[in-house]
Amino acid sequence: MTDPIAAPPRKDPQQRTRSPLLPPVPRSRAALQMSAAAARGELHLQGCLSCGARIYPPRDACPTCLSVRLAWQQVPDRGHVIAETTVRTTTDAYFRERTPWRVGTVRLDTGPVLMTHLHGDVEAPGPCRVRAYLDKSGNAVLMALPEQETPNMADDPELRELTATPKHRRVLVTDGRTAVGQATARALSDAGASIVFIGVATPWLPFDGQDILAAIPNAEIVPLDLTDATSVRELAGEIGGKTDILINTADHVRPGGVLSRQGLTTTRDEFEMNVFGLQRLAQHFGHGMVGRGADGVNSAVALVDILPVYALANWGAWGAHSASAAARHSVLQCLRGEMRAGGVRVMSIFTGPVDDDWRQPLPPPKVAPSAIAQAVVYALENGTEESFVGDIAKDVLARWQVDPKALERELQG
Amino acid sequence: MKRQSYDGVAVAVPVSVPYVRYSIETAHWWIARALKELCDRAGIVHRDLDGLSVSSFTLHPDTGVGLTQHLGLTPRWLDHVAMGGASAVVALRRAARAVQAGDADLVACVAGDTNHVDSFRKLLGSFSRFAQDASYPYGFGGPNAAFALLTDHYMRSFGATREQFGSICVDQRKNALGYPNAIMKKPLTNDQYMNARAISDPLHLFDCVMPVAGAEAFLVTREDIAKDLGVSFARPLSTIERHNAFPDDPIQLRGGWAMDVEEFWAMSECTPHDMDVVQTYDDYPVIIAMQVEDLGFCDKGDGAAFLSTRDTTANGDFPHNTCGGQLSAGQAGAAGGYLGFVEALRQVTGQSLGLQVTNAQRALVAGFGMINFDRGLCSGAVVLEGA
Repeated sequence: MTDPIAAPPRKDPQQRTRSPLLPPVPRSRAALQMSAAAARGELHLQGCLSCGARIYPPRDACPTCLSVRLAWQQVPDRGHVIAETTVRTTTDAYFRERTPWRVGTVRLDTGPVLMTHLHGDVEAPGPCRVRAYLDKSGNAVLMALPEQETPNMADDPELRELTATPKHRRVLVTDGRTAVGQATARALSDAGASIVFIGVATPWLPFDGQDILAAIPNAEIVPLDLTDATSVRELAGEIGGKTDILINTADHVRPGGVLSRQGLTTTRDEFEMNVFGLQRLAQHFGHGMVGRGADGVNSAVALVDILPVYALANWGAWGAHSASAAARHSVLQCLRGEMRAGGVRVMSIFTGPVDDDWRQPLPPPKVAPSAIAQAVVYALENGTEESFVGDIAKDVLARWQVDPKALERELQG
Repeated sequence: MKRQSYDGVAVAVPVSVPYVRYSIETAHWWIARALKELCDRAGIVHRDLDGLSVSSFTLHPDTGVGLTQHLGLTPRWLDHVAMGGASAVVALRRAARAVQAGDADLVACVAGDTNHVDSFRKLLGSFSRFAQDASYPYGFGGPNAAFALLTDHYMRSFGATREQFGSICVDQRKNALGYPNAIMKKPLTNDQYMNARAISDPLHLFDCVMPVAGAEAFLVTREDIAKDLGVSFARPLSTIERHNAFPDDPIQLRGGWAMDVEEFWAMSECTPHDMDVVQTYDDYPVIIAMQVEDLGFCDKGDGAAFLSTRDTTANGDFPHNTCGGQLSAGQAGAAGGYLGFVEALRQVTGQSLGLQVTNAQRALVAGFGMINFDRGLCSGAVVLEGA
């Protein structure tokens, strides 16, 4: 059983903030493929398309038949720990300040033998399941977990390095005026966040759901308008040093494409909020988060952005909004590399059309705000870099993985 | 086809350049010192060498090629053996055939590495692709963690104990106290072994080698040349070499020796009982146990118990790692793969620098090297007989 992590004491401003360090970064090109699957929370290993052998570590040719026709495939996660050790001495600076570090040799039931991080509740030798996570370097690592959920399992120190779990952390949700923002704030509070700051633009103007916000424990309304650099800077000045998880729920959405609109006023509003608003947030909060990437129990861990899945391919009927989403997706990719310096994760929550006023004419399926909120919590608790919420988002991803160009044609109707 | 014997091959001039914990010098410098001593003692000049075999982890960006120009050698036969702990056995195998075939007459086999304050850390970071991808991201325990996993599994599988491993290490320290070049100068007790700090469980401090700088060398030539030079020499009776043995074993419990052991002893026309001295590759005690098992000194799984019930000091009933091995003499990079070979050559030619095994005629030397991911991939062995 894992000892529960205690809430951290108030930070002593005289104490030095621990510098964020990264675990070993270099990987072969083949190994990076495993990271792509792990980014979506899936365990993929190579299989040989010629002889069916399962292969690990990542290779460029099959050691059973010498074929170079290898493919990454999702594999069953059951296995057995056959050896364990606890590393107490290392020459690596990141692990040196995190020892003792438990490591195991795991034989998957399907054959491959892995070296893994070893959860404290896994008995060795004994059965386990294996999950792929991204470590703070952004690369896939494997961790052996107990077969069944155990008490306080997420508080295992090795596992907590691989997730961005909200427990004991301080969260900012950027747009409390929307149903998505309200549901997300509520879910984060329920997930154990020590405080949830909720940004509200023009707070003197009443809005639907004010009562919902007021009922959230550990919540605090703060003024925030992402389209206004001064507003973002002032809020960062107040809470930037204690924002551990930043969740951008803002999305300015209007129907229409390029030719179906007159001028650029509406499109500019969309970009102002969806693309530049995200960048303002990142510029004012990002440096502080990167600097606090290893700041103890409530270190800065994640920037989460909720964006339309049409970032991957343009949906003509909402074409201008899709364009802002595509720009937003690209900005997130850029930030992912920049914030990795502090081990801070940048997470994308791709959604289908949200069930709200602006999407009222659309037929179902639509995504409920509560489903998005649950997906945000799941992504944080599992360290998932890319999540797809709702049937439409999953459908678009599946088509995109087959052929992005074909998807473009399909979405043009 | 039956393998040809090593008739006519002479192995001579064992050279050990005394180790230091840290050095500001380069691998080139250490190798040069070993070659200089080898030439001086053989009564030749280095330009007389027409064959060179080099093993080193820290020559980068040079290889054996760069070394020829750096050191002013003009060999007609050149080898660069990057096989860590199996380097000496493999270097000998190749050099012996070159000498038999007439491709070279005087082959200097040399291994040397420097040890800067940060070179061990740098070496680990670029050791192999599988290590980079699949072992270092997991705690970065380096070889200690990889061998800790093997040791854990071995102990569970066969009931081997820390006390048994400790007995091997304590005896090696006794041998080291008689060897002037050993880095470890103080006695080691069973209590000290058992109470040492944990490094990567179940490995503790005295299960691990100390990285040092140093160099080792020997000469491979023909018997008639060795006699002309007036140097004592030994004959290789048998050798084996194997890489990536038993790839389907989920974790390493045996090495490549087990694949080739019958041919090995048949070629030597000896049995394990005929060995007067045994030099195993001792990066960690569990590997010593595997070697004595896989080479037929005892049953599989009994290696640790077997050694712990014998007196493995140089004057005991099973003389083993008679200069203290790497565990007590230090591990000078690739020269660690030469240490046991050079010591065996001294023993069977009566040139010991420390404790001389009485009437030592035949020695077994085993090599083991290169944890590429989860196991050592290279293994080898040789029987040397004093001429």
